Amino acid sequence: MELRKNYFADVRKDDLHEVGQPRPRSDSPGHVTGKTAFFADRNFPGMLHLKMVRSPHHHARIRSIDTSEAEKHPGVVKVLTAKDVPHNVYTILILIQIGPEDETVLADGKVRWKGEAVVAVLAETERAAQEAAAKVKVDYEVLPAVFDMEEALKPGAPLVNEYHGRNYYLYDSGECRKVRFGDVEAGFAGADHILEQSYQSSPIEHAPTETTGCVVVPEGNDRFTCYTNTQAMFFTLDNASIILQMPGSKLHFVGGTVGGGFGGKVDVIVEPIAILGAKLTGRPVSFIYSREEEMQISSPRAAEKVVIKDGVMKDGRIIARKVTGYTDAGAYSRHSPYGAQKGAGHYPGPYTIPNVWIDTYCVYTNRTPSSAMRGFGVTIGDFALEVQMDRLARLIGMDPLEFRFINAYRDGDMKAHRQPTEGAALIECMQEASRAANWPVAEKYMAMSSYVKGA
Amino acid sequence: MAIRRGRGVAAINYPTGMNLGGDPTQALVHSTPTGNFMVTLSSVDLGQGMKQIMAQICAETIGVPTDRVVVDTADTDTGPHCMGTFASRGTHRAGNAVIQAAKEARQVMLEVAAEELEVNASDLETDGQGNILVKGAPQKSISIFDVALSAHFKRGRSISGRGMFLIPRSYPEKETGAMKPSTCYAHACTVAEVEVDDETGEVTVLTVKNVFEIGRALNPKMVEQQLVGGSWMGISHALYETTEPYYPNRDHGGTDFNQYLMPGPGDLAETEIIVLERPSADGPYGAKGPGEMCANPQIPAVANAVFDAVGVRIDTLPITPERILRALKAQAAN
Repeated sequence: MELRKNYFADVRKDDLHEVGQPRPRSDSPGHVTGKTAFFADRNFPGMLHLKMVRSPHHHARIRSIDTSEAEKHPGVVKVLTAKDVPHNVYTILILIQIGPEDETVLADGKVRWKGEAVVAVLAETERAAQEAAAKVKVDYEVLPAVFDMEEALKPGAPLVNEYHGRNYYLYDSGECRKVRFGDVEAGFAGADHILEQSYQSSPIEHAPTETTGCVVVPEGNDRFTCYTNTQAMFFTLDNASIILQMPGSKLHFVGGTVGGGFGGKVDVIVEPIAILGAKLTGRPVSFIYSREEEMQISSPRAAEKVVIKDGVMKDGRIIARKVTGYTDAGAYSRHSPYGAQKGAGHYPGPYTIPNVWIDTYCVYTNRTPSSAMRGFGVTIGDFALEVQMDRLARLIGMDPLEFRFINAYRDGDMKAHRQPTEGAALIECMQEASRAANWPVAEKYMAMSSYVKGA
Repeated sequence: MAIRRGRGVAAINYPTGMNLGGDPTQALVHSTPTGNFMVTLSSVDLGQGMKQIMAQICAETIGVPTDRVVVDTADTDTGPHCMGTFASRGTHRAGNAVIQAAKEARQVMLEVAAEELEVNASDLETDGQGNILVKGAPQKSISIFDVALSAHFKRGRSISGRGMFLIPRSYPEKETGAMKPSTCYAHACTVAEVEVDDETGEVTVLTVKNVFEIGRALNPKMVEQQLVGGSWMGISHALYETTEPYYPNRDHGGTDFNQYLMPGPGDLAETEIIVLERPSADGPYGAKGPGEMCANPQIPAVANAVFDAVGVRIDTLPITPERILRALKAQAAN
């Protein structure tokens, strides 16, 4: 790594003693010698193991659940169904007043994605829990499912989630989050060229070294200690408190040493049901995702579709940009309404464009609910925007890097969501990239600055 | 059939912190009887090294070496509230809270030292080595060890501080979308160079040159580990990863690392990391959040490089050999 101090030299100072120093990490020796204790290193006498019975169908009505054989299986201590969960229908963003509650801890009457949790089995060993889970009989009536976002948005599509009543999230702004700036149609009308293109991504996995999980211990003082690898301690505690209808003072969460998160450990999935298991059995409970569960059950990054329409002038100025973004939330909201909204605040990217129109949709389909992941709401948008920039440059016969200089935002420029640009540094990053990659651009671009002219 | 070479560029920005705010984190700092400092948080270290960074921020603010600071975090019985570690917010939000708490603790520390030295607290400074000196008369000094002992056993003072950082929530205006989605933005520009085998569709990323503007590199070695890892993740995202290879079809999803593809050691690109610093006005010592954005620019840069190499656009991620070959076939048919 190289620190290039010649940029912004007037505002960056070398007057610090501890900050800015490459001090060795205090936790590294523990990590590399195997001495660091992660949650799964906790082992308690009498600890039970929780395994889930999961839906084999993408969309189905549950006619009946028969747990009698599973309960008789040697080593099984408790079998939990929806009726055991005090507040079974929940949504995690309710803590910041983003509803409605739309997801069940354990399926009640219906499953909406293949892999959805239906019955929880607690047993003396993982093996006994797994074997007993296979003995739970669930009678399903399979329903038509919808996987494609465009299909889901068509009239007459199977309804994924009754708590929404429609296959998209209803914002206060309507069916999508909107940004309107300037007059995009007038911009297109005055443009030398129009380019419209659609981009698509697939769901991806966070792939942390350590899979999602927790170990819960009922304490002698009527409290529960939850050792967890959540990325958000109080967010998880407060949601567990709601789901379990248990005062937060009864809950003690211990975590903070995590083998990778990348956004995959903010969904509050394992903790509430494990705490419930510990409460109902009076014994410690361990609930840890297998690698298969981590990959196919825990939320992936959403698939997204991004449609960009641009109006560009021969001299390189983009004068109008319309973006329509679709986020595939899967069957439940989790963090997706927030992610789609984050996209609306991010477009049209780090460029100053006078006419902008943005619509971002959060769409429900019968697949594994997606949720937060590194770059949430932005990563796929950047893929689409920056491939589009490459296309536009080639369309008008301009160097792709020079084309970006022409449109790059600078301090003081008004963004589409009506905030003035502050602290811009895109131009300087591109100047340094030009130098480092031996990708020469005209001298006038190398002389540009993100600072406001004359300020 | 041939190996064809191409290069592509992408430039991006990225917001720091929970979008639209309502984004709080708190911190507590206190001294032990012998002048070591405890930072108490409920923030989560995901492996990126948050504990180390908070220790350095606290040490810088109080004016002691980092090894005199211990970070106790992620225990809801002791740590004050933190929204969580996500949205590139950990260093920025918790760092600001730690600075505020450490400033308050430092003030008490200087007041106790002033009583011991019989001077005004405003005339004192720290030497960064564990001592408090009278400005302009450094021979008149007292160790922080002695100051802490005095506070605990003689003066009856608590050398401690409370810190709170809150970005108030911004509600988007319904019709125009006017909103304040973030506080500060990090930036990046990446140039990727690839080879594409037009017979197999295989893409090899030869070099990736990343320029990141991150406000301030609070610990350059740790910044490097995060940026190199992010760059790898971006390439992996571009070319390999998906849980649903034939999305929206649900079949063929990987269930382990034999099926879920990621680049191995033999697939690593030659990676260059260059860091620029434009300190942010509201960041702890100018820092922004580079955690997420560092994995973004490689994806379009690689996509653009593939086009530069073989003249086909793959607009669906991941850019697999199958998709490249199908596109080449369609191109040849036209």
